[in-house]
Amino acid sequence: MARDSGIVSWGAYVPRYRLKAEEIVNLWGWDSNIPKNLNVAEKAVENVDEDSITMGFEAAYNAILRANINPKRIGAVFFGTESKPYAVKPSATVIAEALGVTPATMASDLEFACRAASEGLRSALALVESKYIEYGLVIGSDTAQANPGDVLEYTASSGAVAFIVGPSKEAAAILEGVYTYVTDTPDFWRRGLSPYPKHGEAFTGEPAYFSHIEGAVRGLMESLGLKPDDFDYAVFHQPNGTFPLRVGRRLGFPKEKILPGLVTPLIGNTYNASALIGFARVLEQARPGQRILVAPFGSGAGSDAYSFVVTDRVNGLRGKAPRVDDYINAKKYVSYAVHAKMRGLYRRIAN
Amino acid sequence: MRLSPAQIWRTRIPRYRLIGKECKKCGRRHYPPRPACPYCGSRELIEVELPRTGVIESFTVIYTVMEGFKDRAPLIIATVKLDDGTRVVAPITDAEPEDVRTGMRVEAVLRRIRDDGSYGLIGYGTVFRPTILVHKTS
Repeated sequence: MARDSGIVSWGAYVPRYRLKAEEIVNLWGWDSNIPKNLNVAEKAVENVDEDSITMGFEAAYNAILRANINPKRIGAVFFGTESKPYAVKPSATVIAEALGVTPATMASDLEFACRAASEGLRSALALVESKYIEYGLVIGSDTAQANPGDVLEYTASSGAVAFIVGPSKEAAAILEGVYTYVTDTPDFWRRGLSPYPKHGEAFTGEPAYFSHIEGAVRGLMESLGLKPDDFDYAVFHQPNGTFPLRVGRRLGFPKEKILPGLVTPLIGNTYNASALIGFARVLEQARPGQRILVAPFGSGAGSDAYSFVVTDRVNGLRGKAPRVDDYINAKKYVSYAVHAKMRGLYRRIAN
Repeated sequence: MRLSPAQIWRTRIPRYRLIGKECKKCGRRHYPPRPACPYCGSRELIEVELPRTGVIESFTVIYTVMEGFKDRAPLIIATVKLDDGTRVVAPITDAEPEDVRTGMRVEAVLRRIRDDGSYGLIGYGTVFRPTILVHKTS
C-alpha cells in the first residue's frame, strides 16, 4: 500500500576526471587482475576546486531544476557524507544558502559511513508524511578517501546525488515501504584525526555488507508481502562491481534487474551517492507502474531497504536537467600524478 | 592567505548565486555588485539573479601564479558575456588551456575559489566551465 510521500525529483553529479585502474596497478605494483576481480575499470575523481559541498550543490541544483519548485518551500536539507570539508561547521548550510533555501529550514550533516544520506532520506520521507515539512532535500556526496596503496583506492571515488522528497501526489516514485537494519559491526572506520579509513578486509563482506543488506531487504519484503519477482529493478550499495550482483543472487534478484542501476564499474564507489546514484539512473529509464528496490548500506553497520513505485510524473522530469549518463559520459582521463595534485596529496612549503 | 570571516560572510550571496545589480536609471547590469552603477554612477540599484550561461569573450592563461594557487596552475581567467549581456570576470574550470576559445559556451558552477590553508576558512564562489551537458532536452 502506497504511503503519502515519495521522490518528487532527483539530480546527480559526477566530476569530469577519471583515473584508470591500471594507473593504480602500475604505481603500487598490484596484480593486474585486481580491477577485473573488483569489476571496476576506472573511477571518477574530483578537480582541485571540488569537494563534497560543491558536488552536492550541483546535484541538488539539478534536483530543484527538475522539480521546478521554489527553494523556499524546502523545509529540511540533509547532507550525508564521510568527506566533510569542515570537521565542525555544517556543509548543509552552505548548500542551502547557495540554493536559496535559507533561512527558514532545517539543515544537518549526517554521519553513518556510506549510509548517512539514506538515513536523511528516511527522515525526510517521515517529515513529509507527518506534514512537518512540504519538501525535503536529501544529498549524498563524497570525495571518498583511501590510503594510497590500499586496495580501497581502486574503488573510492567522487560523486553526488540529491532528491527532492515531497507528497505522493507530486511524486515521480511513491514510497511503498522501508525497513532499516542496523547493528554494531566494526567493518570499516576512520578515527577523528586519521586522514584515511581502515577496514577489516574480508570482514567487510559477510558480517557487514551481505548480512545487513539481506536483513533489510528480507525485512522489507516480509513486511510488504512482496517477493523478488514483484520488483522490476534492484539497486544495492556498490562498494565494488561484484558485491551487488552477489547479494542480488543470494536474495533472488537476477542480474538483469541490477545492471541498470549498477554504476560503480563505470565511476567507482561514490560512497554516500553509491546506491542512490544507481537509483537516480533507474528513474531515468523506468516506466510508470514499475517497482524499484533500493538498498543503501553503511559500514558500522546498517542498511535501509526501500520499495518505490514509479508514477506517470517520471516521464516529464527526465529531460529537465542533466542525466546521470550525461555526467558518466563526459570524462577526461588524468594520470595518478595529476590526481594526487588535485587531491592535495603533495606537501609543499610556501615560498 | 588569510581569509576574513566577515568578508566571506558579506560576499556569500552574490558569490554563491551569481547575484548582480541592475541600474534603475540606465538599465544596465553589473557583477560583482557595487554601491553605484559603473556606467552612469546612479545609486538606484536593484539585486538581480544573473543567467548562469554565456560565452567566453576573451581569456588569458596565467602560468606563474601567486602562492596558494600552485596546484591550480595554469589558471584560465575569462571575461564571460552572460546571456543577458552582463560581463563577468571569472576563472574557467574543468578545461585545459588548449581547449578554451573565444565564443565557447560556458555555464556557472559552484567551486572552492580559495582557502586559508588546512585550518582556515574555505571560500566558495561561482566560476564557469565549458557547457558539456545538454540541458532541458527530453
